[in-house]
Amino acid sequence: MTAAPDGLARSESRDDKSRRGPLALNGVTRRFGEFTAVDNVSFEVGPGELLALVGASGSGKTTTLRMAAGYETPDAGTVTLGGKDITKVAPERRGFGMVFQHYALFPHMPVEDNVAFGLEARGVSRAERLKKARASLANVGLEGAGGRAIQSLSGGEQQRVALARALVIEPRALLLDEPLSNLDPTLRHAMRDDLRAMLRRVGVPALFVTHDQEDAFAVADRIALLKMGKLLQVGTPEELYNAPVSREVAAFIGRGSIVPAIDKGNTATVTIGGVARDLNVTRAKGAPSHLETAYVVLRPDALELSRSAGVLAWRGRIANRRFAGGVIVYRVQLADGISVDVESQAGEAHEDDNVSISPLKGPFPLVPA
Amino acid sequence: MALLLWTVVYPNVAVIAGSFENGLGHWREFAASPADREALWTSLVISVASVFASLAIGVPLAFLLGRFEFPGRRLLRAVATLPAALPPLVGVIAFLFLYGESGLVTRVVQRALGMAEAPWRLKGVGAIVFVHAYTMYVYVFLFVSAGLERFDATLDEAASGLGANTWQRLRRVTLPLLMPAVAGSALLVFMNALGSFSAPYVFGGGLRVLSTQILASKINGAMGLAYVETTVLALSAVAGLVLFRWLDSKRKYTLASKGGRTRRTIHSRRIQILTTVASAVIVVALVLPHLMVILVSFARDGAWTTQVLPPEYTFENYRRLFSEAELWKPITNSVSMALIATAANLVVCFVAGYLIVLRKFGGRGLLELLVALPWAIPATAIALGLAATFNRNDLLTGRVLLVGTFWILPLAYFIRDIPLVASAVESSLRQMDASLEDAARGLGASWMMTMRRVILPAARPGLVAGGLLAAVTAVGEFVASVVLYTHSNRPISMEILAQLRALAFGTAAAYSVLLIFLVLLMTLAARSFEERLA
Repeated sequence: MTAAPDGLARSESRDDKSRRGPLALNGVTRRFGEFTAVDNVSFEVGPGELLALVGASGSGKTTTLRMAAGYETPDAGTVTLGGKDITKVAPERRGFGMVFQHYALFPHMPVEDNVAFGLEARGVSRAERLKKARASLANVGLEGAGGRAIQSLSGGEQQRVALARALVIEPRALLLDEPLSNLDPTLRHAMRDDLRAMLRRVGVPALFVTHDQEDAFAVADRIALLKMGKLLQVGTPEELYNAPVSREVAAFIGRGSIVPAIDKGNTATVTIGGVARDLNVTRAKGAPSHLETAYVVLRPDALELSRSAGVLAWRGRIANRRFAGGVIVYRVQLADGISVDVESQAGEAHEDDNVSISPLKGPFPLVPA
Repeated sequence: MALLLWTVVYPNVAVIAGSFENGLGHWREFAASPADREALWTSLVISVASVFASLAIGVPLAFLLGRFEFPGRRLLRAVATLPAALPPLVGVIAFLFLYGESGLVTRVVQRALGMAEAPWRLKGVGAIVFVHAYTMYVYVFLFVSAGLERFDATLDEAASGLGANTWQRLRRVTLPLLMPAVAGSALLVFMNALGSFSAPYVFGGGLRVLSTQILASKINGAMGLAYVETTVLALSAVAGLVLFRWLDSKRKYTLASKGGRTRRTIHSRRIQILTTVASAVIVVALVLPHLMVILVSFARDGAWTTQVLPPEYTFENYRRLFSEAELWKPITNSVSMALIATAANLVVCFVAGYLIVLRKFGGRGLLELLVALPWAIPATAIALGLAATFNRNDLLTGRVLLVGTFWILPLAYFIRDIPLVASAVESSLRQMDASLEDAARGLGASWMMTMRRVILPAARPGLVAGGLLAAVTAVGEFVASVVLYTHSNRPISMEILAQLRALAFGTAAAYSVLLIFLVLLMTLAARSFEERLA
C-alpha cells in the first residue's frame, strides 16, 4: 500500500508481531436462540493470504466474518491475531479494515470525508487525513473524486471508495463481505483481478465472503467452504475442485454428476446401464485409503460425447443442448436414472439424439457418502 | 424508559386507580347518569360520522387530483391541505365567523332569501361533524393520494387487458389496493374526532360528549366521576385502535411498485367546465376560513353585531397584543412552553428511536409501545391523568407537584407529541443502512463519534420534521391546556377562548392570525435549517 500513513496508524501498529501475524478462528461457535449459525469453525489466514469464505445464503459465512471483525462475540472459541487473543476486543479497537456488502458509505459525507473517517477517529489532523485520503483514493484509481457525493458514484466506484476507506487506516487485517456481488457482470470480472492485486499489495490477512465460487476461484488463495454453519473443507481452489473431502463439497464446487462407484484403490468401478468402467481416482488429503460406499464425480470436462455406439461406452439420449461460448454443453440422460453434463467442441449432436459417453483419462475425484 | 413509564404510563394508572377509589361507586354513578350515557353515545356517533364525512370528501378529492388533469388543478392541490395548518381552536372560530348565527355566510343566505331568522344554527352533532370533516379530511386526502402515487399503473393495465371496464377496475383492483391507506386515515380521523374537544366545546350547546363531560366533572369537583369518564374515553379509543388494526391485519399485501402514471386530461367540454367550477368552489370554501379570520382580526371589538361584514376596521387589535403586557403574556407563554416541550421531545425521542431501531435489547417491544401509547390516548385523558398524578409532592409514590405551576403544560405537550417525534426519528433511522454504525466502529470511531458523525446526521431529517410538527402542535395546543392551565401560564388558545367569551372577536381573531403566523414562521425556519445542512 503506497499511501502508508506514518503517524498514528504506525504507532498503533508498533506491535509488529500482531501486525504481521496470521488471523485465526479457533473453534468459534455462534448460536441465535435454538439456531446454531456457526458451529465449531476453525481456520487461519496468513499475512498476505486471501481466504474466501464460500457458502450458500444462510451457511453462516457472514456471521463468521462478523465474529472475525468483532461485531459478533462467539459463544465458544477464540479469535486470535498473531497469536494474541482478540475475542473480546471491540471492533473499534481491532484496527481491521472492513468492506461491507452494500459498502456502508456515509451518505451525508463527500467521498474524501468517508475515506478519512477512520483517520479522524484516530485523531489525525484534518489536513493530514485529507492528504492521505486522496492518496488512498488515487491508489484505487479514483484521483480527484474526493469532493464528489456518494450518491453520484456508480456501483464500482462505491466499491473502490469502500476499499480505499478500509485501506487508509493501515489495517491489521482486511475483511470483505460480498465485495463483488453488487457489481454488474462485466465490471465484476474486471474487479476480480484489481481486487486480488490490491489485497496482495497490502500484505495483511484478508478474509472475504462470497456466495459465488467463481469469484472465490478468481480472487482467493484458499477457500473455506461452509454449509449450515459447519466448515466442510479448507483448501486451495484446485484441492476443492479435484479432491473434495465429501459429496457435499463435490456437489457445491464446480459442476458434475456424483455417481456410485466401487473403490478399488487407485481406480474405482462405475457401472451404468450394465456397462462397467474403471476410472483413475484421486482422494482428498488424509482421506481413508478404502471407502465402503464410494462416489465418483463426473465433471463435464472429463467426459467425451460420441454419436457412434461404442461397446464400452455408456448409452444415453440428449435431453438438453446449451451453447456456452467455446463449447457446447449437453445434458445426457443415461440409464439407472443418472444424467450427466458433457462438454464438447463439436456441436453436431442434437436434442433427442442417442449418443455414447466415455470417461477421459481423469483422474476423477472419489468421495465418501 | 423509566422516564416514559413515569410520565406516560403512571398518570393513566393513577386515573384508572382513581376511578376505583370508591370501589365500583364511581362506575355505578357513571352507569346511572343519563348525561354520561348520552355523552358516550354522542362521542361515538360523532366519531363515526366524522370518519364517513372525511372519507366522502377526502377520497374523491384525492382521485380527482391524482388521476385527472384540468384547469385549476395546481391551485386546488396547493390549498387542499390548508385546513391542516389551522390550529384546532382557530378552525372552530373561523367556522363561527363564517357559518355561525351571525356569521358571514349565514347572513348572506338569510338576506338573499329574505328570511327573518338565520337559516341554520351552527349547533349540535351536525355542526361538530361539519367542522371535523373540514379539518380532518386532510388525513384521508394525504393517505389516499400517497396510496395512489404508489399505485402500480401496470396492475390497472393488466386488469383492462383482461377485459375489465373502468368500474370493474375501480371496484376490484384500485379500491381494494387502496384499502390500507383508507383504513389508516379512517383510524386517524376516528381517534382525532373521539378526542376532539374544541368543536364540541364551542358548538356543542347543550350537547354532551365525553371529552367535555370530563372537564365539567373536574370543574364540579367530581374527580372520581371524571376518572371514570376518562377511563371510558381512553378505552373507547383503544377499542377503536384494536378494531382497525384487526380489520387491517386481514390484508397481507403491500404495494411495492414505484408506481407513476400520467394523469388523464378531461376532454369533454361540459365535464371540464363542471370540474373547474367545482374546484373553484372547493378552493373558496377551503380558503375562506383563513381569509375570514384575517378579516375579523382587523374588526373593532364589539362593533360587529348584525351586519354581514364587520363595519369598522382597525389595527388596534394587533397594537394591543404587542403593547399590553397582559395580552402579550399568552404569546410568550405558548412559544416558550412549546420550545421546552419540543426540546425535551427531541432528546427523549432521539434516544428512544436509537434504542428501538438500532439496539437489540429485552425491553424494546415495551419501549415501542410506550412511545406509541400517547397516540392512542385522547388528550383530555392525558391531561386528566397528569392532573391526578402531579398534584402533590410525594416521593414515595413518585409524585411531584406540578399542577398549578408553569411546568404542567410543557409536560402535557411533551407527552402528546412523543409519538409524533418518535415515529419521525424511527423512520429516518430505519432508512439508514444499519451497517453504517458497524462501519464507523470498524474504522475505529468511539461511541460518541459514531453518534455525532453518523447516527445523528441520519436521524436529522426525522428530528427536524418531527420537531417542527411537535412545536406547531404545542404552540396552538388547546385540549390539554383547557384542563391544566392556570392564569399565569395560559397559552394563546386559552386567551382566544377568553376573548371569544368576552365577545372580543377582533382580538380573538388577531391571536389566531398570530398563531397561524407562528406556525408559518416555524415551518420556514425548519425548512431553511434543513436546507442549510443538506
